[in-house]
Amino acid sequence: MKPLTAKRLAWICGGLMLLLLVTVIFVLRIGAVPISIVDLVASLGRVAIGRSDQLPSEYSLIVFDIRLPRILLGILVGAALSVAGAGFQALLRNPLADPYVLGVSSGAALGAIISLIVSSRATLAMPLAAFAGALATIAGVYLLGRRGGQLDTPTLLLAGIICASFLSAVIMFLMTTLSGGETRGIAFWLMGDLTSTSTPINKWWMFGLLGIAIGAIYSTAADLNLLLSGEQEAMHLGVDVRRVKLIVYVSASLLTGLAVSVSGAIGYVGLIVPHVMRMIFGSDHRLLIPTTAIGGAIAIVIADTMARTIVFPTELPVGAMTAMAGAPVFIYLLRRRLQ
Amino acid sequence: MSDVTLRPGAATSAAVPAASRAVRLSVEQASYAYSAADKKSAPLFTLEATSLQARRRELVAIVGPNASGKSTLLRLISGALRPLSGRVHLDGFEVSALDARTRAQRIAVVQQESPLLFPIRVGEYVLQGRHPHGQTLRFESAKDLEIAEQSLAQVGVAHLGARWMHQISGGEKQKVVLARALAQQPLLLLLDEPTLHLDIGAQVELLQQLRRLAEDHGYTVVVVTHELNLAAEFADQVALLHRGKCLSCGMPAEVYDRKLLEKVFGASLEVETSPTGRPRVTAYARREDL
Repeated sequence: MKPLTAKRLAWICGGLMLLLLVTVIFVLRIGAVPISIVDLVASLGRVAIGRSDQLPSEYSLIVFDIRLPRILLGILVGAALSVAGAGFQALLRNPLADPYVLGVSSGAALGAIISLIVSSRATLAMPLAAFAGALATIAGVYLLGRRGGQLDTPTLLLAGIICASFLSAVIMFLMTTLSGGETRGIAFWLMGDLTSTSTPINKWWMFGLLGIAIGAIYSTAADLNLLLSGEQEAMHLGVDVRRVKLIVYVSASLLTGLAVSVSGAIGYVGLIVPHVMRMIFGSDHRLLIPTTAIGGAIAIVIADTMARTIVFPTELPVGAMTAMAGAPVFIYLLRRRLQ
Repeated sequence: MSDVTLRPGAATSAAVPAASRAVRLSVEQASYAYSAADKKSAPLFTLEATSLQARRRELVAIVGPNASGKSTLLRLISGALRPLSGRVHLDGFEVSALDARTRAQRIAVVQQESPLLFPIRVGEYVLQGRHPHGQTLRFESAKDLEIAEQSLAQVGVAHLGARWMHQISGGEKQKVVLARALAQQPLLLLLDEPTLHLDIGAQVELLQQLRRLAEDHGYTVVVVTHELNLAAEFADQVALLHRGKCLSCGMPAEVYDRKLLEKVFGASLEVETSPTGRPRVTAYARREDL
């Protein structure tokens, strides 16, 4: 019997953080202007010791003003969507749950678009509106997905798909009321896009919110392990089921709202990343939540780099990349589950 | 039925004597009704006022036909349901009023089905039983590990710790689920049809194990079962339920009245005395039915 220890958790998370750092450095090099790894590490080192004024100006522009903000955005979005996916999967006891599949991303997108129409500038109101949209959608899908008082996989997935298509129709309708240039921008953004210039990444409070929401879900990690066997069972083992459900639904909706408000609806990350982490590290949420957060960050950073280089000089939306990889995995998991 | 009877209200005091023969579980006129979806129609099912008492080291069996209210009574005892009227007390505390964690430290429930969503090892599964005794996020201590290993050993499957839950047999799984309940170190152990998918040898083994656990470790055990003969053989008390009513409660020999059982189960039955002195029920076909 080898239970999880704090030491093992720290080693695994440390290792993954290192992998993320290596990925970031590697990815920073890739692009139209090649940069040698030695120069890159040297300039990162200068920034780290607070001597960024000594950097050559072209580096400063390419690495720190163009590439790094986009990578940080990818880290934020990847961690948020993956942890939201893991949370929904545990709560709904459905390995196919994911903010995108459940229509929660569409709800968040609708909320974000409504706030854009009202104020036309991306402010704090946009993530909050996206959060409200996400929360309302998961509540609706949860209610529609019940059959005879029980959550039922096909019903739940159908409810998610129906909600997503309904919300997309509403989004389309709203988009027709916008002018041409804006509409195209939003259509691209809706596919999941990290290039949005309206949301500069120097908004550190976004990372603050991300940390709070992931921390809140992490505080229920041991309870989520028990919830996998059902609410009755968890209650008999001492879990305050209502409290845990409230915390996780609200936090996962906040994470989805946060991600969608900066990058649109990037699908399947919340599905694939928790599954891969579960395959590698097991299904203990005390380990799964942090590894999923870091793994999701790595996955999106890599997917975005592929999206911006694969058909160079044009770019694919990162959501198209994740959907290409994610949809087959979803079908595989669904077939395996229904057998 | 019992030689210690609590006066109404006496059990509300926490100062119930802790002597081993004192009543540990006291169900007093507890009733419940499942309401229909529209709340206006008649309730879908009603469990009428039921009373029973159990002491430390006692094994109580709840028997009766399908839909007689056995599981509802068990859920009332577990605190998952709050009685509409009456009381369910464990060592003087109203169980449905306890918070989930405290309740799980005192009552362990083994349910019919324990579905698993993702693969988990037997050892991790048993460690879940330590959850009510720990802080929210802490990691299992050496003591938790020891208790989990002891629990597996108590049900005779210490060797399974490293195996996956989905790779062990039905009988082994039943034991592991019981081990998780033991790891909770409860006062009261509740089991909902634990013999359901077991062959007769495994059924006897399980009941014997429960009997021994009750005697050696002082648990009070309540088992819902369809197995009348196993209940008669191993239980100190039997509660016979029929259509939401507790018709009889007491020692097996008192409850197993041929006429009563025939009426409840709607079959021709014979009640004899087994070599161990316990009643034994046999079903037979009447000549006129053949």
